[in-house]
This record gives sequence, C-alpha cells and structure tokens, in this order.
Amino acid sequence: MKRPILWVPLAVVAVILALFATALFFGPTDSTEKAVKSAMVGQPVPDFDLAPAVAGRPGLSSAALRQGRPHLVNVFASWCIPCRAEAAQLAELARRGVPIDAIAVRDRPEDLAAFLATYGDPFRAIGADLDRRVQMDIGSAGVPETFIVDGRGIIRHQHIGAITESDVPTIISAYEAAR
Amino acid sequence: MIAEGGLALLWLAASLSLLQLAAGWGALRPGGEQLRAVVRPLAVVQGLVVGLAFLALIWLFLRTDLSVKLVAANSHSLKPWLYKFAGAWGNHEGSMLLWVTVLAVAGGGVALFERRLRQDTLIATLAAQAAIGLGFYAFLLFASNPFTRLSPVPVEGNGLNPLLQDPGLAFHPPTLYFGYVGISIAFSFAVGALITRDVGPAFARAMRPWVLAAWIFLTLGITAGSYWAYYELGWGGWWFWDPVENASLMPWLAATALLHSVTVLATRAGLRAWTIMLAVVAFSMSMIGTFLVRSGILTSVHAFAVDPLRGSFILGLLTLYIGGALVLFALRVKTVKEGSTFEIVSREAALVINNLLLSVILGLVFIGTLYPLVTQAFGREISVGPPYFNAVAGPVALILVAVMVIGPMLRWRRDEAKALAGRISIPALISAASLLLVVLLAPGIGWLPLFGLALAPGIAAASVAPLWRRNLRRTPFFIWGMVIAHLGIAVSLAGMASESAFIQETLVAARPGQTVRVGAFDVHFDGLEPVVGPNWTAIEARLTARRGTGSPFAMRPQARLFSSPPTPTSESAIRTLWDGQLYIAIGNQDEQGRTQLRLWWKPFVTLIWLGGALIALGGLLALIGRVRRERRGRPEELEALAEAAA
Repeated sequence: MKRPILWVPLAVVAVILALFATALFFGPTDSTEKAVKSAMVGQPVPDFDLAPAVAGRPGLSSAALRQGRPHLVNVFASWCIPCRAEAAQLAELARRGVPIDAIAVRDRPEDLAAFLATYGDPFRAIGADLDRRVQMDIGSAGVPETFIVDGRGIIRHQHIGAITESDVPTIISAYEAAR
Repeated sequence: MIAEGGLALLWLAASLSLLQLAAGWGALRPGGEQLRAVVRPLAVVQGLVVGLAFLALIWLFLRTDLSVKLVAANSHSLKPWLYKFAGAWGNHEGSMLLWVTVLAVAGGGVALFERRLRQDTLIATLAAQAAIGLGFYAFLLFASNPFTRLSPVPVEGNGLNPLLQDPGLAFHPPTLYFGYVGISIAFSFAVGALITRDVGPAFARAMRPWVLAAWIFLTLGITAGSYWAYYELGWGGWWFWDPVENASLMPWLAATALLHSVTVLATRAGLRAWTIMLAVVAFSMSMIGTFLVRSGILTSVHAFAVDPLRGSFILGLLTLYIGGALVLFALRVKTVKEGSTFEIVSREAALVINNLLLSVILGLVFIGTLYPLVTQAFGREISVGPPYFNAVAGPVALILVAVMVIGPMLRWRRDEAKALAGRISIPALISAASLLLVVLLAPGIGWLPLFGLALAPGIAAASVAPLWRRNLRRTPFFIWGMVIAHLGIAVSLAGMASESAFIQETLVAARPGQTVRVGAFDVHFDGLEPVVGPNWTAIEARLTARRGTGSPFAMRPQARLFSSPPTPTSESAIRTLWDGQLYIAIGNQDEQGRTQLRLWWKPFVTLIWLGGALIALGGLLALIGRVRRERRGRPEELEALAEAAA
C-alpha cells in the first residue's frame, strides 16, 4: 500500500460497478419514483414563442398554453433514443383524447419529419427549441420530459424520462386533475 | 441427441477449463514442474471441444430442430439457409456460446503457436484465460443454456428478427466477437506477466500479434456494423452513438492505444505499467459492453431480451475479473522496473500523446454512454445523444489525427525539433492549402467538417511519408501496415467530413409521375409495385434517377413486411457512384395516395468504410510482417534500428 495511486483504477472501477448494480437492481421501477418533485410544479410556464419545427404544423408559444384547456407538453428530440421508446405511450395518450404539444430540442426539420414518420406523430403543435433556452426555462434537464400544463398555463406535473406503459395511468390522472 | 451431445461437450469444455486453471496454478508452485507439460494440450483440447459444441448448435439451426427451445424461438423452416446458419448466433444464448468458443479457441491458438514467451508466463496466461472461460461457461450452463429442449414441440418456429436477415449481418457478429473476445488474450497476457513479473520487451513482442489480430477483427466488425446500420435501418446515418455501437467502439479505442503503447514497450522498453493497464482496460471494455448490451440497462435501438438474472451474473463476472486484475496490478506493478527514458521530441512522446488522446476520447464516450445510468440512479432516464458526442469527442479526435501527422516522422528516443519542422512542412502546407480551398469554395460549413476536410489530405501525405526514399520492395511489412492504416484514417476522415458538410437531403410526399430533385439528381417516381420474397412481402417504389444528362438508372427502395415474426423493415435503395451515393428510402403512404420519399445525395460517403477497410488491411500487413519476422528469428535490436532509420 505504499503507492496509493495504484489503487485509483480499482476505486474508479468499484464506483462504476456500483453504478451498474444500482441500475440493475433498483433501475427503472414504478412510476411514483420517477415523478420527481419539481420546483416548476405550481409555477406558470415561462414566456416563450417557438417557431414551427416542421412544415405544416404550428409552433408553440406560452400564450397557446393559457387558453383554458390543459395540455401535455412533451420535450423530445429525434436523436433521443428513449424518445423512440415512449412514442407508443404518447400515441396511446393522444388516442385517449389528451392534447399533446411538443418542444423539439436541437433538432432539424428533416430529422424530425423522419422521426414522426417512423415512430408516430401524436403532436398538435411542435416548437423548435434550437438553443435549448426554452427547455432550460421550463425546468427540463434532458430529453424526454413531459409536462402537464393546466388551462391557465400553470405547470401541474413534471415527468422526467420516457413514459412507460405503467406511467400512462399516472399521466392520465395528472391530466384529469389539471382540468 | 445432437442437443444433448452439445450440452455434454459444453460441460466437458467447462471441466477442461477448470483443469487447465488448476494445472496452471499447480505448475507455477514450487515442485509443480511436472504439471507444466499438460497446460498447453489442455488449452488446445478445450478449444476443440467447445468448437464442436458450437458446431452442434449450428447443425440444430440448419436442420431447424424445433424441439430445441432456442431454435423454435429464433428460427423458422421457411428461412433461407444462410439465415438459419447465422440464426445460431443471432440470439442471446447462441451469441454467448460463440463468445466462449472464441475465448477458448483464442486460448488454444496461444497454446499452439506462442513460442517466444517465457514458459512460466505462458502457463500463467493460459491459466488466466481458463479462469475467464470458466466464468462464462458457468454463465452459459446455469443462466443461458442454448441446448434446452422444448416440450411440446411446436409446429413452426418464431423466426429470426428480420433486421438480422441480411447477408452482411450474418457475418458481422462473429467478426466483432473475434475482436471483442480476442482482446481477452491481451488481458490474460497482462495478468500472466504480472503473476510471473515478466513485463518487458520480450513479453510485449509476444503479445503484439495477438492484439493486432483482435484489433483487425474489431476494426472490420465496426466498419461492417456501421455500413449495416447505414443501409438496413433506413435512417441514412452511419453512426448513431447508440450504446451498442459505443460498446464496440470503446474496446477499439483501448486496443488502438494498446497497439501503440505495446510498440513503445517492445522497441524501447518504456510504458510498462501503462501497457499492462491498457490491456486490462481493453478487455474490461469488451466485458462491460457485453454487460450493457445483455442486461438491457440502457435503452438502445438494438433490442435484446432482458433478464435480470443474466445481468447480475455478468455483473458478478465483471467484478471478479476486472477487480481481480486491478488488485493484482496494484500489488505487483511497483515491482515492474521503469523503462528507459526519452526526450520531449521523440517517437515515444508522440505515442504517449496518442495514448492520452485516445484515452480521453474513450473516457468521453464512456461517460456519455453511462450518463443515462447516472441520471437514472437519481430517478431520471435521459440520454445525451449525438450533440454531446460530436461536440466533445469530435475536437479531441481532430487533435489526435493532427498528432498522427507528426508521430511517424519522429525518431525514437530523441529528435531535433528543427529537423521535424522541415519534415512536417509538406503535409502542413497541403493542409493549409486545402483549408483555404474549402473556406473559399464551401463557406459556411461546420467547423468540424471544415477541419476534417483540411486535415485529411495532409494526413494522407504524412502517412505515406515513411515510404519516402525507401526501396519499396525491401520496406518491411509492418511499415507498410502503419502507412496503410494511417492512410485509411485520412480516407475515412475525408468521407465523414465530406458527408456531413455536403449532404443533400429531400423529404417529400410524392405521387407516381412526379419528379423529385435531390442534389444534382432528378428522380422520377414511376409507381408502386407489390413484391413477394421467400418470407416477406413488400411495397416497392420504382424510381428512375439521372444526373444532368447522364444515363438514367433504376432505384427500388422497399418497405418490407416480414411474415414471421410480423415486422416492418425498410430496405433502402443505394446507388454507388464514383463521387458518392444516392440513397432513397420510402416511408408510409397517406390517404391522398402520396408516398413519403426520403432522398439523400451523400458525396464521398463510401470513403468512410473504404477507410475502415484500409485500416484493417494495414493491421493485417503489420501482422504478417511481425509473424514473418518472428519466423526468421531476426534479432529485435535490428528491428529498432530499422525503425530508427526510417
């Protein structure tokens, strides 16, 4: 033990393996744990006005979120792999009549169009957030995240990470509560 | 009976590996000398036995023996024979059997052909290889038995994932596995040399051909995998920074660093502890990659069956092997003598910089790949995606390739900065000229492609520079290998930069009869036709493309539906021209009878894979050169002199 530096690689590996073990044994669990207490819940959405992200679809502005009806706002990107996994759940929510708007983070129109063509397109409006500013302002650290905004533009619920099948009831009830 | 025979062979191979480990252990203890004679034969026989077990599985797949669970779950009697054959490893159990087969065959190869390593080090190496094998045999036998029977026997199998029904993919996993698992030899060599305190130039020269061989397979596997994703997934990209892709890239980065540091150890007796560390890291990355892929803890486009028991089993093996090797490293490496010193301006210093930069890239890719796990540990699941990887790894990779210009021109031990400046002036001028040219002709392209395009010609010039004023027929093969591999990097870099800078893309919903323009091409949409294959049906778009007044050619992209299991896939149409590829994929049809067409013109995109093939070819030439030299038994001092004179 005379040269402690020689043990550094072992320590680094121990941390990584511990991380693996955490992910393996305590990984994607039930939805209640995923619904973090967000500082943004209860706050009004920040003011923004995003240009349309794909042709033929309106962009998204904070004003559009204050028109009396609750909305789901999905923060996503075509390059994000968990977003592909959650597409089926968003389609299911849309089928059940939940209006879904989206903020596309650092994306290109052609990639987005291909993504929507491949994985389904449940969105009514998609705003292009090219520099991630709106994503930051709304309190989202990555993609995918989903917000439920009530009819007065107040954030009622924040879901971090992909929406899994078991999350759908939680999202629905949060949406119902926001009405 | 074949299935039972295969299972028996697997148990036999596992017992042989236990015996090999015990015999190796005993042989290294005082008084155990008479055991030394059995370790080599045991390794060879173990390789043969597990090879036979693997052949048994292939036989079961070729015959579509549906009483075997694995065959029923992954094959189908209507499948073309090539995919029945490839189906043997297109699933979890089969691929893990392939994994131990490569592990044991590589160990057998070392036992058969390795003549220069000290005998006790060789025995320790084979014992280490047997220890790794033993864990994975246990994994197969207790958690992933490929030979399990199924009762009642189904009438028909479930079929192979259609994405995998592609000739390229039939051979992509074995190639990758030869590299992935072949690098275990480097790990075992490192462990063996630590046990017998034999870390030195002779050890490095013995290890080098094995590292080279594994690295060639890794390079080929990654190149082929990238091309497969490019034409089969229909997204038009050639690298997605997907966790599974990263899992193959990380061992490659470590093996590339190892390949360069082992040269320093072989020639100049330097970088001893570092080389050992890299050998451990390279195979650790292979095992971690397997774990990430097989445990399903990361979301990936490559969906594999997820089973928590399997995940924890591999995690246990990871902990045992990596942890064990690192404990041994910490205990033993201080007894390793430090190597000879070198000046700041020298070949060694350039190789150290190469190693540091490769390690930085490896670290960045590793962090990016595991980032979702870190955030998930805090209750989120978030991926960072290509914006992160391109932004952080791209610039470091550019610095790395810039250093590559200088490295081969430096002499060992010490060199004159002034003389160096003279030698790099030509490549530097070429790069400056092409920078200017690109800025003038194509203003406004991103700075990563800009510097890529500027550097590539300079690197190409610098990489052939070691041939300057040499008698080409008497130039050693390993010099040729270095020249061609470095040239391959330049070629690949040119392809990547050109593709990302000048790509033309058109996305339209078109009706038959319409003409779509992409780049300089006019593509006429003639119509849609249904097509039927052996186990799929498809809608095929008939398109006629022509550039300017050139002769027209047909393009036939398909949207396929495989019957078993029912899965839609996209078969893109690709036309390769001398200066790039025209790439067309079709999407859905809408209510108004329009078909979604996605068209790309990708200038010089083929250079990416051509470069990859050149890199592998360079590795092959270097390997041939090393082996021939070894055969001739030429004193290594001459090698150092020959390289110094270069």
